This record gives sequence, structure tokens and C-alpha cells, in this order.
Amino acid sequence: MIEAKNLTKFYGDYPAIENVSFTAQDGEVIGFLGPNGAGKTTTMRILTGFTPATSGTAIIAGYDIQSESIQARGSIGYLPETVPLYTDMTVREYLKFMGALKKMDRAKIRTRINDVVDLCRLEEYADSMIGKLSKGYRQRVGIAQAILHEPPVLVLDEPTIGIDPRQVVETRQIIKSLGGEHTVILSTHILPEVSMICDRVLIIDEGQIVAMDKTENLSSKLGDITQIIMNVQGPAEEITRVIEQVSGVKRVSHTDAGGHNQFIIECDPAEDLRTELTRLTVEHGWGLQEIRTGGLSLEDIFLRLTTSEETDELN
Amino acid sequence: MSFFSIKVIWIKELKAYFNSPIAYIITALFLALSGLSFALSITGRFPEASMRGFLFGPIGPIGAFFLIVLIAPALTMRLFAEEQKLGTLELLLTAPLRDIEIVLGKFFAALSLLTVMFGLTLYFPLLLYWFGDPDLLPILTGYLGLFLMGAMGISVGLFSSSLTSNQIVSAVLATATLLLLWLSNVTSTLGDGELPWASLVRFLAMSEHVRDMAYGVLDSRDIVYFISLTAFFLFLTVRAVETRRWK
Repeated sequence: MIEAKNLTKFYGDYPAIENVSFTAQDGEVIGFLGPNGAGKTTTMRILTGFTPATSGTAIIAGYDIQSESIQARGSIGYLPETVPLYTDMTVREYLKFMGALKKMDRAKIRTRINDVVDLCRLEEYADSMIGKLSKGYRQRVGIAQAILHEPPVLVLDEPTIGIDPRQVVETRQIIKSLGGEHTVILSTHILPEVSMICDRVLIIDEGQIVAMDKTENLSSKLGDITQIIMNVQGPAEEITRVIEQVSGVKRVSHTDAGGHNQFIIECDPAEDLRTELTRLTVEHGWGLQEIRTGGLSLEDIFLRLTTSEETDELN
Repeated sequence: MSFFSIKVIWIKELKAYFNSPIAYIITALFLALSGLSFALSITGRFPEASMRGFLFGPIGPIGAFFLIVLIAPALTMRLFAEEQKLGTLELLLTAPLRDIEIVLGKFFAALSLLTVMFGLTLYFPLLLYWFGDPDLLPILTGYLGLFLMGAMGISVGLFSSSLTSNQIVSAVLATATLLLLWLSNVTSTLGDGELPWASLVRFLAMSEHVRDMAYGVLDSRDIVYFISLTAFFLFLTVRAVETRRWK
């Protein structure tokens, strides 16, 4: 379990984060989302005991990160943003050293190395020099290192950055499988990643938490708006015009996705417009291929939350 | 402080030395140069069965003591600088280890390698016994002096390494510091030795404190000098590592 209480960190006069508080339950996967420089890495560095907070504290698996730093650090597996690897060691040597560093006994280290090598699919490269591995494999070695001592809490800073798409998918699967046994905090600025692997999302901007909720709740909470997505065959301009005239519709956008006319209709959540829209399409003799409701996508929420000031200024 | 934690770092660094050519190159260089000064000192016009030539060198100051000024920085330059460059310092600082355990582990690793190097020169005194009749005491105090000055050289080098992520900068800084500490006694002769700080500057010179030991004189002041300056630089290193956390 992680409990952060009013974490604040100043670099000189500049506040990197201010009053960051949140709780993560056992086995939960939390996505830490924010633009670059929002304070994600700073928060993680405080939680892992790398850097002290200016004020506030956090409890990791029952240990206070300030007064019981050594025990708290022992309860965390940490993958920093730049994966810290000794390039002149083999994967196995490196994991052995990390196990000793985390005060595991020898027999345990031996069995756990086999476990994590399996889990992170590193079998082929277990005896290769780390310096010779590709970025994706290095990332996996980083994850293997973090989970080696079976810590109750995992902190992963941008775990899927800079690796190729197929490895991203595999890495996400690995992380997802870690939830349940571990409390996981992962930071990212890749939005779909959060909805894919996280139970809850925590959005941070300019050093402050701007939203924190279950991924699906966030959209409805924000929502004085819901979306209806329609695929309709017919003249796009005319369809747009007709839909816009329906009462309750706020905005219609049209995309031509591979020969399919897709319309995204933002509307008032108070009334369900699907019946009315279906009736209109049939009446005009257009081919209705799909109609469904959709919450705001995470991208929309994110942009709304983190760019509100700028749009206010523009308006 | 736990010995176990220190040992983890100690062993890792020792392995790292022998996985790279650096330990072999430095050992070879040290044995060649100190062997040369030993050979020259016992083959001169008035050969003498002692280790003074090996320790202080028959030509200029290039004996084993002075070689520490060059070797210690070469051994210590990567210890912290490389961790900072690779980002692995973050790994060490978030592991359940105290900063001082990390510093001491690295210190002992470099010191044990240096001790092995000194150990490899033990055939010099054996040769002296074989062919002559040397005094035992200066040999013992001479090696003690090497060990103490070696420890201090490593603590200075470790401190330089903790200040930068560039190994070259670390090595140059450590060599410069050690060179000043070695030579600072010469400044005391400026102005007929009447300058106000002359005696302090002279006291800070490493070369003054090993001289007596090379002659078999064991003075507590010399021992205190080396141990306290070694501790001082190790303390500075711990503080420097600590400030890394704030950046």
C-alpha cells in the first residue's frame, strides 16, 4: 500500500510538486499521467527514497519514507526513467548483484532469478552482456530487477518509452500481470496505455494533482458531455447538417475512415439521442452501419484538464 | 552500518576491476616503475640493503610513495563518476543501503586492490634478505606507510569521483589534490621558512609523514595524520553523495 501525504518538493524557489496526496490499495495498478515536466519523476523519486521531500511524507507498505527509509526502500521495486544497468555485466550477474543489494539470501536469489527471467522472457539473453542488448530487452532487465525481491510496491517510471511497438505490447502484458500481487505505480504520457493497464488514473499537471479516479469514472464525472459515434453511408455534408439540427446536439465532427463516414457527436447526457438519430438516418434513406455511445476518450479528458488555462486565455 | 551491505558493494567493485583491463594495466605500471627504482637503488655505486630506494626512488621522487599520487586517482576515477553517468547511482541510492555503506564498500575495494599491488612487491625485501642483511623495522614501517598513504590517496580519489560524472575530470582533480598534498612541504622553504602558515602547510604534506616511516620511525602524529585525513575525505564523499540526492 502507498499513502502519500502532502508531498511537496522545491528546487530552489521553484516548486516541482505541491501537496501531492493519494492512496494506492494493495494490488492496484495506478497510472500516473501528465505532460513532460509535470512532476511525475519527482514524485516517484520521493516515493523511492532517492530524493527527500521538502515537506510531507509517504507511507510505503507500512514504513514511513523519512523515518524508516531503509525499510521503505526495501519494500519497493523501482525502474527509473533511464534504466540503470551495468553494461559490462551479464543479465544474470546483474540480477545476482541486485538481489544481494536488496538483502536476499543466496538460495532465494538463485530461484528468483530463474522466475523473473522466465516472466520477463529473457531466457535467450540471460548470459549475454547487458551492453549488447537492444533497448526493449534492457527495459525488461530493468523490470526483472524491480520485481526480483517480490516487493509489495512497484514504481515504474515510463516503462514503455523508446521501445518498439511489439515489445511495448509485451511489456504492458508483463506489467498488467504484476497487478494483484504488487501495488504498481507507473508513469506515462501515453494515454491509451493507462486505459489498457491501469485500474485508476492520477493526472498531474504543473506539480499538482488535477484529477484522480477510476479510468471510466473520470469521463463521466467530467461529463456534461457524452459522445455518440455513428457510421453512416451517404452524403457527408448533408448528414452533418441534419444531425446538427437535432436538439441536444452540441458538436458534430466527421472523419472519413477508410471509406466509412464516421461521425462523432457530442451531446447532452440528459437525453439519449440514439433513437432520434436512427430514425432520421432511416428516414433519409442512408445506410446506418453502426451507432454507439462512447465516453470522452482519455485524450479528451487529459487535454481538458491540463490545458484549461490556456483555452480560457484564448477565449 | 552493516558489514553485509558494505561487502556487496566491495565484491561488485572488485569484480569490476578485474573485468576491465584497468587493474592489470595499473598493476603492471606500478610493478615496473617501483621495480625499476628498487633495481637502481641496489645496483648503484654504494648499494645498500634497504627499501628506501623502492619507497622514495633514486631518481627524483619516483618511488612507490609518489606512485600512489598517480595510481590512486586511476583506481578511483570511475567508482562514482561512472555510476552517475550510467544512472546506476539512482539504483544504489534507492536500494536499502546507507550512503556510508556504499562509500565504504567502494573504498575497501580500491584499497584491497592497492594492497594486493603492494603485496606483489614483497619479493623485494626477500631479495634483500637473500643477498644482504637489512633491518626489519624500516621494511615494516615502510609498508605501513604505503598502506596508510594509499588509503588516504583513495579517499581523496573517491571524493573527486563523487563530484562529477566525468572520469577524466575526476582523475585530474584527484591527481592535482594529491600532488599538492605531496609537494606542499616545499612551500615552507619560501621566505626562509618564516611565512605565517609555513608550519601548517608543512604539516599537511604527505611526503613529510612518510619520510620517517621509510627510516623505521613510527610517530603517532604520522599515523593520526593519515587516518584523520582519510576519514575526513570519506566524510566529504558521503556528504557529496548525499547532495546528489538533491539534484
